Amino acid sequence: MTRPALRCLPLVAAFAAAGSLLIAQQSPPPDPPSRQRPGVDLIIGDRIGAQPRLAVPDCLALTNDRETLDAAATIAQVLFDDLEFEREFRMLARDTYRTIPRARSLTDLPLDAWQELGADGVVSCSVSRQDDGQLVVRARLFNVRALDSTLGREYTGSYRNVRRYAHALSDEIHRQQRGLEGVARSHLAFVSDRDSESVLGLVPNRQTKEIYVADYDGANVRRVTVSRSLNVTPTWTPDARAIAYTSYRSGQQDVVVSHIYEGRLETPAGGTERVHNWLPAFSPDGRQIAFNSNRDGNPELYVANVDGTNVRRLTNHPAIDTSPTWSPLGHQIAFTSDRTGSPQIYVVGVDGAGLRRITFESYCDRPTWSPSPYNEIAYTSRTGPGHDIKVVDLATNEVRQLTFGQGTNESPSYSANGRHLAFSSTRGSGNKQIYVIGRDGRGLRQITYMGNNEMPSWSR
Amino acid sequence: MNAYQRLLRERLLAGVAVVGILGSSCARNPTPVEPELPAPPPGAGQAAPVTPAPPPVRQSPPPPLPPPPPLPEEDFVSRPLEEINREAPLDPVFFGYDSSDLNAVAIAAIEANADVLSRNPTWVVAIEGHCDSRGTPEYNLALGERRAYAVRDHLVRLGVAPDRLQTVSYGEEFPFVPGETEAAWEANRRAHFVVTGQ
Repeated sequence: MTRPALRCLPLVAAFAAAGSLLIAQQSPPPDPPSRQRPGVDLIIGDRIGAQPRLAVPDCLALTNDRETLDAAATIAQVLFDDLEFEREFRMLARDTYRTIPRARSLTDLPLDAWQELGADGVVSCSVSRQDDGQLVVRARLFNVRALDSTLGREYTGSYRNVRRYAHALSDEIHRQQRGLEGVARSHLAFVSDRDSESVLGLVPNRQTKEIYVADYDGANVRRVTVSRSLNVTPTWTPDARAIAYTSYRSGQQDVVVSHIYEGRLETPAGGTERVHNWLPAFSPDGRQIAFNSNRDGNPELYVANVDGTNVRRLTNHPAIDTSPTWSPLGHQIAFTSDRTGSPQIYVVGVDGAGLRRITFESYCDRPTWSPSPYNEIAYTSRTGPGHDIKVVDLATNEVRQLTFGQGTNESPSYSANGRHLAFSSTRGSGNKQIYVIGRDGRGLRQITYMGNNEMPSWSR
Repeated sequence: MNAYQRLLRERLLAGVAVVGILGSSCARNPTPVEPELPAPPPGAGQAAPVTPAPPPVRQSPPPPLPPPPPLPEEDFVSRPLEEINREAPLDPVFFGYDSSDLNAVAIAAIEANADVLSRNPTWVVAIEGHCDSRGTPEYNLALGERRAYAVRDHLVRLGVAPDRLQTVSYGEEFPFVPGETEAAWEANRRAHFVVTGQ
């Protein structure tokens, strides 16, 4: 499994009106101040506090082959969906563009007609097949009021996964226009029984579950494990180059780290017939791994270096301690313990000091610490016969609920920018499916449809 | 060696043992296999037990054989593990909601299982911890582990050698009864026994 070749070529765009020159960098600047916005004249929309209204008409196909025509339609639609997802722009519905004359070229579009429709910005794009068979995608973001292009990008690469060009462009637009790190190029790892087979072994009628990866919007599902056994609780490394999960391929549960671009497997927790390890979680710097283990006779939490050295015991209580998650700076770990008689969320320092209880409900599990700048923990909470997703703000201890009893809702995982959560739900068909929802509880989207899908982990 | 390889080996050895027994005694002889016959060690297939020829059988054609009586447990020795497990020789141990405590019924089941294990001293068993689907799938992995351990520890207290007892937790991943009913939940909160070696 490899990423499609995707190169971002510099596109020199001269703008007559301002006489300015905008050069798209080969790669994003090393570390832009995260919330700083570029010059005001480049930002679309002048109504204070209102979302800029954006239109994404079909891309122009400059060569007439089927693949290029398909790419033109796909890229515009995916870009529209990506931009809509972050809710930073008010997207003008694509079926209202019929009255607008088509652009004659990448830069020759009827901006007055777009202004009449109410657009503040229009994304203009063209696609063509090069002589060497590669696809070239060119895009401009026009500020309709200023009659000016504010962003230009050119990508060259294969036809294999054209959605990726739209994802890259969406992330660029969000960064330039809104100072936001988008998640359009991120992935979801999850557990699925879609290709279920009988588990090898002595007990009949047990079905395998394997680990899969999809784009953040559910497209391009790829299978990661082929073990013909049970595989659960996937979690990404912070660099999104590997997935750790709980595997039963040896007969007992052990933590396996799969380096998905190198095809290499590691078992850093050193499981045996007697020593079982499960539920891995990587520290934010990727150097340590927290996990559950029975090695001292009871489910306790341990922290080790990712190569398996320097195993330290984090919890020491005769009750169950499980479900670790790291704070954004890696100094604390939140986890679940039933030491008071029911599972509740606790936070403790990585050195084992400073234990405090966070939740006071009937049953809570699977805490997931948000990325910065949010300081909150999402978790699964029993709210009735089933579970719902809740979020507790660690500064105020205020709890907000994101789902409300439609099916059972479990296993929340944050997007890297902290604005969205993925989770599993049995709403609708009764099968478990992956959904994503905004951290404010809005913008619910269903991501999976085939078989049962659960335990999502959202990559950076 | 994983369970599958172990299974293949056991089947191979069982087959060799049966062939050896049939080859060295009268095919019609209904004499049951020696109860104490141990499983032959690996690689000992060609050295099948040499039993003396049985006394001559009567010449008159024998009456139709009655259906064989159910085999006593000791005869599982030479049978495939799958067949043994199909008969579920060890009772499951059931638990209360979100609990790994052993109540009186659970302890009685474990004591009965300890008896079976002492009558089958070569068996190795896996104790699987299972949970109902009301908990979260993550927490249930730990709860199942505790259930399996509670049963294992009690069997050890009753004198079963620890190295005959493996444990594994499947959480709520392999329910025995599907559905969201009280009966299904009860049936799924269990420690389940699988004979993995004999």
